Amino acid sequence: MKNLVYLVLLFVAFSAQAQQKNKNAKVNVEVNGNCEQCKKRIEKAAYSVPGVKSAEWHIDDKVLQLIINETKCSVTDVEKAVAKIGHDTKNVKANDETYNNLHHCCKYDRKE
Amino acid sequence: MNKIKVLCLFALVFSATTFAQDTLQEVNLKANERSLKQLKKPAANTYVMTKKELLKAACCNLAESFDTNPVIDVAFADALTGARQIKMLGLTSPYLTITEENIPSVRGASQAFGLSFTPGTWIQSIQITKGAGSVVNGFESISGQINTELLKPFEAERFFVNFYGSSDARFELNTHISQTLSQRWKSLLLVHGNARLVQNDMNHDGFLDNPTGQQVNILNRYQYTNNEKGVVGFFTFRYLNDQKIAGQKDFRDHAGFLHDGAWGSEINTQRFDASTKVGYVFPDMPFQSIGFQNAFSYHNQEGFYGLNQYGISQTNFYSNLIFNSIISNTLNKFATGLSFNFDQYGETVRVPNFVANPHRIDTSVGAFFEYTYDNTDDFSVVAGARVDYHNRLGVFATPRLHARYNPWEGGTLRVSAGRGKRIANIFAENQQFLASNRIWNVASGNGEIYGLDPEIAWNYGFSYSQSFKLFKRSANIGADIYRTDFQQQVVIDPYRANELSVQMLQGDSFVNAVQLDFSINILTHLNLRTSYKYYDMKTDFASGANQRPLQAKHRFFVNGEFSTHEHENGSRWKFDATYNWLGSQVLPTTTDLPQRSAAFGTLNTQVTRVFSKVFEVYGGIENATNFRQPQVISGANDPFGNNFDASVVYGPVFGRMYYAGLRFKIN
Repeated sequence: MKNLVYLVLLFVAFSAQAQQKNKNAKVNVEVNGNCEQCKKRIEKAAYSVPGVKSAEWHIDDKVLQLIINETKCSVTDVEKAVAKIGHDTKNVKANDETYNNLHHCCKYDRKE
Repeated sequence: MNKIKVLCLFALVFSATTFAQDTLQEVNLKANERSLKQLKKPAANTYVMTKKELLKAACCNLAESFDTNPVIDVAFADALTGARQIKMLGLTSPYLTITEENIPSVRGASQAFGLSFTPGTWIQSIQITKGAGSVVNGFESISGQINTELLKPFEAERFFVNFYGSSDARFELNTHISQTLSQRWKSLLLVHGNARLVQNDMNHDGFLDNPTGQQVNILNRYQYTNNEKGVVGFFTFRYLNDQKIAGQKDFRDHAGFLHDGAWGSEINTQRFDASTKVGYVFPDMPFQSIGFQNAFSYHNQEGFYGLNQYGISQTNFYSNLIFNSIISNTLNKFATGLSFNFDQYGETVRVPNFVANPHRIDTSVGAFFEYTYDNTDDFSVVAGARVDYHNRLGVFATPRLHARYNPWEGGTLRVSAGRGKRIANIFAENQQFLASNRIWNVASGNGEIYGLDPEIAWNYGFSYSQSFKLFKRSANIGADIYRTDFQQQVVIDPYRANELSVQMLQGDSFVNAVQLDFSINILTHLNLRTSYKYYDMKTDFASGANQRPLQAKHRFFVNGEFSTHEHENGSRWKFDATYNWLGSQVLPTTTDLPQRSAAFGTLNTQVTRVFSKVFEVYGGIENATNFRQPQVISGANDPFGNNFDASVVYGPVFGRMYYAGLRFKIN
């Protein structure tokens, strides 16, 4: 009987967990960049993360609109991937060397 | 903003327009940029003609809307029936899939005249795909696809009226009225009428240069849009009544065709269409959608050509269910679905040596899958296949492939390949020959359709286009080559006078079509477009000939457009001129006409004066140099004799034509 209670509890906990993890979560992240080239680079990096279903970066407001499967990846994973190729995001910064290697038109103004 | 949303929604679901997966929304949103545009993004070689382009010609109906466009060759109107044939890659319209909002429209019974049943003002845009086409719209397309988008209730003007009149005595009246029924429902009523009441015989051969008659065409549609729920629906009804009378000037239709000494022809068509389209976009997944289209039509054509009689009726039901989604991310998209088609044909054929009432029912069901990979940058590929079961064609697969690569800035490279299979409706597709007293020799075989087999062809294409700056102005050069190879073909052989032989291809049949383009924006608002086309074609005819009739080997095209700067109230002048040059053509063998035509050119010009966003007038000259085909009718002095043939038309019959019209719209 005790086991059954545990099992039910476990099940409830699991389904609660599953409910939080949306397979089509819409997330917007600020990503710094300048131009069409940046757009291609940022989207390419985002798509390289398994679980990213859709990635569209907008030049005007510097927002990366994502639809991700949260059971496979998190927003942080995407931010890391984007920062890795030289674009600062709200929470993850690119390292200076990668930033310096960007094409000159892509050298956006870094915050801080 | 709301409008854009609606557009996107519509596009997402039915972007099937040529290719289920290509982002049509971009096409629509940028539509007002240039009037004829070769799209950069899709894997297939696709052109979009916007309303603006359609306004550049006299453009009374869909058949005439390609006059300013080098992609499609427009043949001259058949002297008797007034029907215009279009050709793409050297093949006539039966080898194209012509759809109206992705529902196959000009096919079967409507093959000969169907293009003249869509009034020009009803058209919002036309997408033309060269080569294989998409599997979503069926297996019939061989050399390309033409899709017409009609006006949509949510985008149409509240009120529009167009009046047109021309020196060949044709008058047209178009009226559009759209109404908001509720926040989610809008309706649109399109009414078209045209008439030619006066007889023209500019070449004095005793025969009318173009038929008299009239057309009434009414379309009523309702659109439902619910952006919150992601649902969009269209419900469209249409009625058409068309009458043409042609032949000798003395012919009177009421006299009864057999009892009158004069040769005459009368063609009456009635058609009814009803269609529904419903699309649903999953709210959490904008990349996933379902589209469901259903269309019913009844088409009935009755008529006679001198002593020849021909009538055809077709009842069609078409249904297509499309599911669009992605594989892991939006770089990998797919469309898959099922389609069903039912056709019931009844024909009355009374021509020399063929008297019968062929009747048949064609049914097909199919499943398709089309995968698109697009790296959002320099490469995309669309690979599709469908499998169909058809009661006369059996079970067969239709594979098609398109790919695009941008090797460097401004350069676009494309390849395509695909297979098409179709039934040739030999009488409906070759109605021009009914205007002759040729004896029909239809080979009697064991085939399923008039004793003949289906037509099968492969099409391969390669194209390259490069945009660049020339003296700081944007310019573009392009070259493409397409080959169509027939494995099976119904060959219509007109190379014996007084006879028309219809039989399966014995030997080779192919078309190599080469097109070279150059366009440049010379000054602000001044654009020039030039094209040269070369056709290398061969078909082994039973008579021993191997050149296709009525096909120029060389064609040259120039179009120039200029407009003044648009004032704040929308007022401006617009000028347009198109020159077409056609090389010599081999003609069907007749007793009186030469075996080859001479080369010639035609010039069309137009001026539009836009007074404001509400009112504009236009006028123009077609065939300004007044070129006329020297002799049109063979055996004109004895139209009931064996040598009579009015089917050989390779140039304008009427000569110079002036026209003028006005447009009035309220938003």
